[in-house]
Amino acid sequence: MKTVAQRPQSLTTAKFHYCPGCTHGIIHRLVAECLDELKMRENAIGICPVGCSVLAYDYFNCDMLEAAHGRAPAIATGIKRLLPDRCVFTYQGDGDLASIGMGEIVHASARGENISVIFVNNTIYGMTGGQMAPTTLLGQVTTTSPYGRKKEEAGYPVRMAELLAQNEGSAYICRTAVNDPVNVTKTKKAIKKALTTQMNGLGFSMVEVLSTCPTNWGLSPLEALNWMDENMIPYYPLGEFKVREVE
Amino acid sequence: MKKILMKGNEALAEGALIAGCAAFFGYPITPSSEIAEYMARKMPPKGLTFVQAESELAAINMVYGGAATGKRVMTASSGPGLSLKQEGISFIAEAELPCLIVNISRGGPGLGGIQPAQSDYFQATRGGGHGDYYTIVLAPSSVQEMMDFTIQGFELADTYRTPVLVMAEGTLGQMMEPVEIRPEVVPAFEKPWAITGCKGRKPNIVNTLHLSPDYLEERNRHLYCKYQEIKNKEKRAETFMVEDADIVLVAFGLLSRIARKAAMEARRQGIKVGLIRPVTLWPFPAEHIKKAAEQARVFLSLEISMGQMIEDIKLAVNGKAPVELYGRIGIIPSPEEITRQIMLLAEREGLK
Repeated sequence: MKTVAQRPQSLTTAKFHYCPGCTHGIIHRLVAECLDELKMRENAIGICPVGCSVLAYDYFNCDMLEAAHGRAPAIATGIKRLLPDRCVFTYQGDGDLASIGMGEIVHASARGENISVIFVNNTIYGMTGGQMAPTTLLGQVTTTSPYGRKKEEAGYPVRMAELLAQNEGSAYICRTAVNDPVNVTKTKKAIKKALTTQMNGLGFSMVEVLSTCPTNWGLSPLEALNWMDENMIPYYPLGEFKVREVE
Repeated sequence: MKKILMKGNEALAEGALIAGCAAFFGYPITPSSEIAEYMARKMPPKGLTFVQAESELAAINMVYGGAATGKRVMTASSGPGLSLKQEGISFIAEAELPCLIVNISRGGPGLGGIQPAQSDYFQATRGGGHGDYYTIVLAPSSVQEMMDFTIQGFELADTYRTPVLVMAEGTLGQMMEPVEIRPEVVPAFEKPWAITGCKGRKPNIVNTLHLSPDYLEERNRHLYCKYQEIKNKEKRAETFMVEDADIVLVAFGLLSRIARKAAMEARRQGIKVGLIRPVTLWPFPAEHIKKAAEQARVFLSLEISMGQMIEDIKLAVNGKAPVELYGRIGIIPSPEEITRQIMLLAEREGLK
């Protein structure tokens, strides 16, 4: 009998704790499939954030470290500098990476730190119960922007991929989404490209993945996917923002 | 053995290299910056890692990552920088990762000044950050000890899988003394917990999140037991003429050398004065104090702060004798100044 699909080696058998319809599970699987296909599982060291994916160390079947809020890129720097031939990746949400960890991510990129960042942007703080993030869209209702995010009070949502693409140290910066099968496939390609960029020693790589949070958005899983398509993708355009090729 | 003239900060940095430190992660701050500068010169040519971090927070988290690989790593800073590092130190303590942290301390609170101080004593000896933890704290009193305690600090860190803090007044970092260069140490600790990639074994996880209350308590009990073991085995102090002393001075770091001079001068003037110099600030050498309290009339805590170590002395004395304070900030008192304080106390106690 021919096996057409199976659990990636790079995922453990633990059941995800994520809410129904949350797209973290898809993104975890994509990262794991990429590690498998690049034969990197035994060479990989992952760093999880604080946020919904704080427990990712239970799911990725490789060496893992759990970071303080926002500090994953600094921790990854410490690991990668001492073990330069390992495949070091961080998995971070938008509160973690774009708010409290803004300093660490910008400087890891500026230094051209040879690490890969999987940045899951769902425009909200999920684990703490749906507060406003730096990525929350204008008008979006959250528990700390109950009348909708107003630019006069909270400014504008941050576009991290565009921002980090400005840094010379960034070698591969891409934004994808997981709202439909085509985009899921593209996301996997981008993650693989980021990891390959690292293993070729080209510099900092990040894939920003637009993700859903049905629970805190107050939508059904299907409505959430549509909301992403209609509201997030117009503000956060998909595509590659920086690509450095092997010379 | 040949001695060479070295600045305290440079002797400390050289000590780290002797101990096999593989990476330094730091951020510039007076009066500790020479440590980073020395490492920036010496480490890259040896194939070792030097990174100037974008912040103290990033520096301590680079230490967190570096220590998790099992290699010897360190950072160095001063007061305000140590405040910023506390988040990371709390994580490193709970993750039980060995590393060396240096505080070449200056006066606070706030930006304070760049003059010498010991006013980070509470921060250093009470863990410093959130949660129930301690770090071993070594307080050198000479440039030679800046080197030696750094080497010992790395050994202690690996022995107990804990962050170790070396804390010295800014003056000690800046001044020069002859130093005997120690032989190189080859670190000999197995680190099966290190995250290095899981080839040939099950994945290792470095983690400080414990959502189950039972397990959280178990972790805290585990740390508690480790700290008890450190308290039992690692308390260190030097005593000087304490056996018959009526007045017992307690001073650490560079100040302890001045206190020693003052004690000798007071003895010359007929007052029985002794000195206890805590070498480990945590664990605090309470037994040395307790033993001295059997015969001492009064204790005098000498500090470059408004009185922090005095609380530990009082706990150890446990009401058996009065404990007085002489504290300065940003200024290291002269031996004459301390002698005057001793003579005033002697007069009050009817010892003159």
